Amino acid sequence: MAELKARTPCGDMLPVTHGAAQLVELDLGIVTSVMVTGDEDALSDALEAAHGVAFPKPNRASGKGGIRCVWFGRNQALLIGAAPDASLAAHGALVDLSDGWCAVRLSGGASEDVLARLVPVDLRAGHFKRGHTVRTLVGHMTASITRTGGEDFMILVFRSMASTLVHEVSEAMLSVASRES
Amino acid sequence: MRLDCPICGSRDRREFYYQGDAVMLARPAVDAGEAAWDGYVHLRDNPAGQTRDLWQHEAGCGAWLVVTRDTVTHAVFSVQLASDVKGTTA
Amino acid sequence: MRIKGKGLIDRSNTVSFSFDGRSYDGFEGDTVASALLANDVTLMGRSFKYHRPRGVLTAGSEEPNALVTVGSGAASEPNVRATMQEVYEGLRVRSQNAWPSLDFDLMAVNNLVSPFLGAGFYYKTFMWPRKFWERFYEPVIRRAAGLGGLSGAHNPDTYERAFAFCDVLVIGAGPAGLMAALTAARGGADVILADEDALMGGRLNAETYLIAGKPGHVWAAEAVAELAGMDNVRLMSRTTVTGAYDQGTFGALERVGQHHGVRSKGAPLECFWRIVAKHSILTAGALERPIAFQNNDRPGIMTAGAVRAYLNRWGVSPGKALTIFGNNDDAHRTARDLADAGVRIAAVVDSRTDVDVKGDFPVYRGAQVFNTGGGKELESISIRTISGVEKIQTDCLAMSGGWNPTVHLTCHMNGRPTWRPDIQAFVPTAGAIPGMVAAGACNGTFSTRGCLAEGADVAGKVLGTLGKKVPDVALPQAEDAPYRMEPLWAVAGKGRAWLDFQNDVSVKDVAQAAVENFRSVEHMKRYTTQGMATDQGKNSNVGALAVLADATGRGIPETGTTTFRPPYSPVTIAAMGAGAQGKGFAPQRFTTSHSASVEAGAPMIEAGLWYRPSYFPKAGEKTWRQSCDREVGYVRKAVGVCDVSTLGKIDIQGPDAAALLDFVYTNMFSTLKVGRVRYGLMLREDGTVMDDGTCARLGDHHFVMTTTTAAAGTVMKHLEFVAQCLHPEWCVAMTSVTEQWAQFAVAGPKSRELLNGVLDAPIDNDSWPFMACGDTSVLGVKGRLFRISFSGEHAYEIAVPARYGESLFRELVARAQGLGGGAYGMEALNVLRIEKGFITHAEIHGRTTAFDVGMAGMISAKKDCVGKVMAARPGLVSADRERLVGMKPVGAVKMLSAGAHIFGKDAEAVRENDQGYVTSVCFSPEVGTYIGLGFVKNGPERYGEVMRVVDHLRALDVEVEICPPVFFDPEGGRARG
Repeated sequence: MAELKARTPCGDMLPVTHGAAQLVELDLGIVTSVMVTGDEDALSDALEAAHGVAFPKPNRASGKGGIRCVWFGRNQALLIGAAPDASLAAHGALVDLSDGWCAVRLSGGASEDVLARLVPVDLRAGHFKRGHTVRTLVGHMTASITRTGGEDFMILVFRSMASTLVHEVSEAMLSVASRES
Repeated sequence: MRLDCPICGSRDRREFYYQGDAVMLARPAVDAGEAAWDGYVHLRDNPAGQTRDLWQHEAGCGAWLVVTRDTVTHAVFSVQLASDVKGTTA
Repeated sequence: MRIKGKGLIDRSNTVSFSFDGRSYDGFEGDTVASALLANDVTLMGRSFKYHRPRGVLTAGSEEPNALVTVGSGAASEPNVRATMQEVYEGLRVRSQNAWPSLDFDLMAVNNLVSPFLGAGFYYKTFMWPRKFWERFYEPVIRRAAGLGGLSGAHNPDTYERAFAFCDVLVIGAGPAGLMAALTAARGGADVILADEDALMGGRLNAETYLIAGKPGHVWAAEAVAELAGMDNVRLMSRTTVTGAYDQGTFGALERVGQHHGVRSKGAPLECFWRIVAKHSILTAGALERPIAFQNNDRPGIMTAGAVRAYLNRWGVSPGKALTIFGNNDDAHRTARDLADAGVRIAAVVDSRTDVDVKGDFPVYRGAQVFNTGGGKELESISIRTISGVEKIQTDCLAMSGGWNPTVHLTCHMNGRPTWRPDIQAFVPTAGAIPGMVAAGACNGTFSTRGCLAEGADVAGKVLGTLGKKVPDVALPQAEDAPYRMEPLWAVAGKGRAWLDFQNDVSVKDVAQAAVENFRSVEHMKRYTTQGMATDQGKNSNVGALAVLADATGRGIPETGTTTFRPPYSPVTIAAMGAGAQGKGFAPQRFTTSHSASVEAGAPMIEAGLWYRPSYFPKAGEKTWRQSCDREVGYVRKAVGVCDVSTLGKIDIQGPDAAALLDFVYTNMFSTLKVGRVRYGLMLREDGTVMDDGTCARLGDHHFVMTTTTAAAGTVMKHLEFVAQCLHPEWCVAMTSVTEQWAQFAVAGPKSRELLNGVLDAPIDNDSWPFMACGDTSVLGVKGRLFRISFSGEHAYEIAVPARYGESLFRELVARAQGLGGGAYGMEALNVLRIEKGFITHAEIHGRTTAFDVGMAGMISAKKDCVGKVMAARPGLVSADRERLVGMKPVGAVKMLSAGAHIFGKDAEAVRENDQGYVTSVCFSPEVGTYIGLGFVKNGPERYGEVMRVVDHLRALDVEVEICPPVFFDPEGGRARG
């Protein structure tokens, strides 16, 4: 019997390195949109109990033991890295988005400068620290950007826009790299 | 231009979608009559000065917003969540 | 000529460059202007209208004359200011607006016929005959008058855009700016200091006076070094802040690559910055005013400050025997600096009588320069003194009519500057730009000490607003001379005295405007074109205003004011649109089956941002129609597979999900059973159709809505609007899942047979009837199955998580081929739906109602919905509206075209007789001819009538019979089969 083969959004377009910045694709595992439909505190408690992470405040991401909960919009967060516990359904709408978003990591000393070419939000370390997240634009694409480390950013855009993301970020990486020399 | 999204904070205008006059919040009753519906759907003021309109933080949190601003000076007086405004006036 | 021991250039580093094909040497740190002057080249351009020979007037970005073209071929850049272009090895510079050469310009004939080309000449001369304007006058004027030209080739350069943020943006790095930046930075603020020059320091690099006991440029370099070492400071040199916009947003153009000969891969030429600042400090300095007198535009005549800059910054004397003409003490500095450098000064001419100036040179007090002599270079000046007229030999005249504060940015939000009589200049009006304060020369404070003090002072106040402590910053010692001047705008006399060098506007032109009653400054500007060149009148606005005031017998403030709009200096379109050309124009959205379609040779067409296969050509097929007809046959006779993932999919959950759907759809959804799908129609509040699609109920409180590809974003926005703005009390959650699922239509009589080969649990007509939906398992992967049809055939849509999309598409197509079918594209999909009379956005194009498309019955009487009230207006439901019909050719011509209009059979095809229009057409293999959908007045009442379809654009005139829009299987039995 035939078997369906899985393919990632970026495929062999990544990894890419230019100057002091690297772009790699991320496998986030199970990604679930959690949207508040009742009491946010109750949902947060249920999340904490089942997965050890609270429902994040706007512009923040929480994480524990490989499980992350990233604020994703009005009343919405992404639970990343675990199948959602059934207890959550009483407090929120759960929607599987494991395949809906293309996830990449931009890292390296030039990562802030690269993002400054594409993102109309102040992402410098003093203002956008580890555990901070934003919903904003990367070029013309709506995106979610989270600082996951000192020089590391997780960027999500629609899966169908993966090639545009790789193109835009690569161009910005080249442009920043040309100034380093 | 920048707007202070009550959820996300101060953001560039490019993240927002402009809808139009916040009169759209006050949808008339089905039997409100022609004049009320005409006003709701079609009639808009064009003030040189303070105006109150609806925006959506489309590329941000997705919230619909009521923005009070000045069309002459471009000053923005307030940005509120439309759901809050509707909730308190409904 | 170069002066030994002067200048901040690197004399150990010689660079050679060319100007109009001739090679010259300069030093690192030179601009094209300074290097050419060092080589005794003074003629650098021809004027816009009269092609008069011109040299540099200034040493900065306000330069009106010395515009050149840099580079060659596709990468050449016109209208670059020679005063801003840094020289590098191999730089190629060409003059422009001259033919055949700069030295011998035939177009200079314009100068001889100038009496006919004065103010308003366009309006007066070329009125008649009217046709001549387009064919003759305009092309001739365009050729003769102009700036540099574009190469006409695709611009190969890379441009960049970027965003930056700060607490304090300091604009201009002169004494005030450096002091402001030092104070703000030491106080802990997040500071950006931007300056258009390559070397920060402003006038300090062009003057000889001391700050804190050391040369000004040394003090500046030390200040810059301190700032460069601080983490909270970003220095942006070669960066012009071009515009001030709302809420503390600024545009800034950085020249990144213009000073490099060879640029590495991806290196941008320019970067356009959007800077967001909580506060801004304008320390943009001041621009020196020329004085208008006859022939004041001869090469060799420049501002006194520019002469000092060339001498002190670049070690160049622009002449061998210089003269100075001014109305203020500042001009004397030029004489002092030149004398100190050992340059001969032929005369100092001061229009004031009571002046104290000492030096080893002749001084003429109460005197005026009224004319100049020479050809393409200055040879002499003529002066008028109390004792008479005198001619003085000189090859460079330094003039100064005083200084204008650089108020430009403060005008960008509709603010008007304020006239200050004591300095006879406009200064910024406080509060003109929220969050901006001005300091130093741009604020009318002209002494160095005053600039330093004001810079520190305003930065301290900004720190206070930011809640930060003001640091202890010692104010260094510096000159504190008063600014003494007496106004002198134009010297009386014959001939043309130039005000606006870039647009060739003279004192006479402005006076003429006043005579013809264009007395308002706004009218004068437009009549004479003064101030409307690329320099926006930086050198001429105040002078022209003063001349107009004189001509109309009013004072300057009564005559009007001056204003400036962004950008401060020209910004290339390429820089503003950086990153947005080619692939960067808009995101490309690819379906999971994209590569499989491309491999199959399918031409991809754009559907919004998506790319979808048009058709899948087979060997031997010569036209797209052959492929399309074959693919239609797959679906009608066997089975076809089509990627429909681009349709919008919205997951809707919550106790009020059904209420929301009842409100946004015209028909009922609360009554839909779990496991079933229903077609729905959505209206805008004004009663026109917004979108249509299907909605599946997966649970009591769980639906999945499908939208059209085109309206996916619009519908999501609309749902959020309803949920947040109209019914925030509803508990409902919407999530876009368009990207989560790869979804394929499997359509045709053999669709179930195909599916049962891949579904882990086979289905039949009872377990999965028409309009059923639910979870399924496909080759071991969890998916969803919907029995819906957009072709009229027995059909399904099967969805799997997107990672499996490509694999499933290839599998389905392979199996379809085994059953005598295969993949079908957009063309076939379109034929299939037109044959069934299914509407798309070609029909629901924003002006049609449910009534128009024959769906008035779908507006439920049992409930309210968006658009219901307005859709019931008599005008939207009257029988004579243009209503949906089908049509097929019945005459000799068997073609149809979308966009054609419909007329009575014997009526003339003119607008007055218009009866409707055609929206969709295709060749129908089933009907055997072209068929069409369209809108005709009284639509359904005219079935059977023969009408005339006329497409004036494609010269098509077709007799058609109006018929019902459903051409195939009107009972719909095939979809249920």
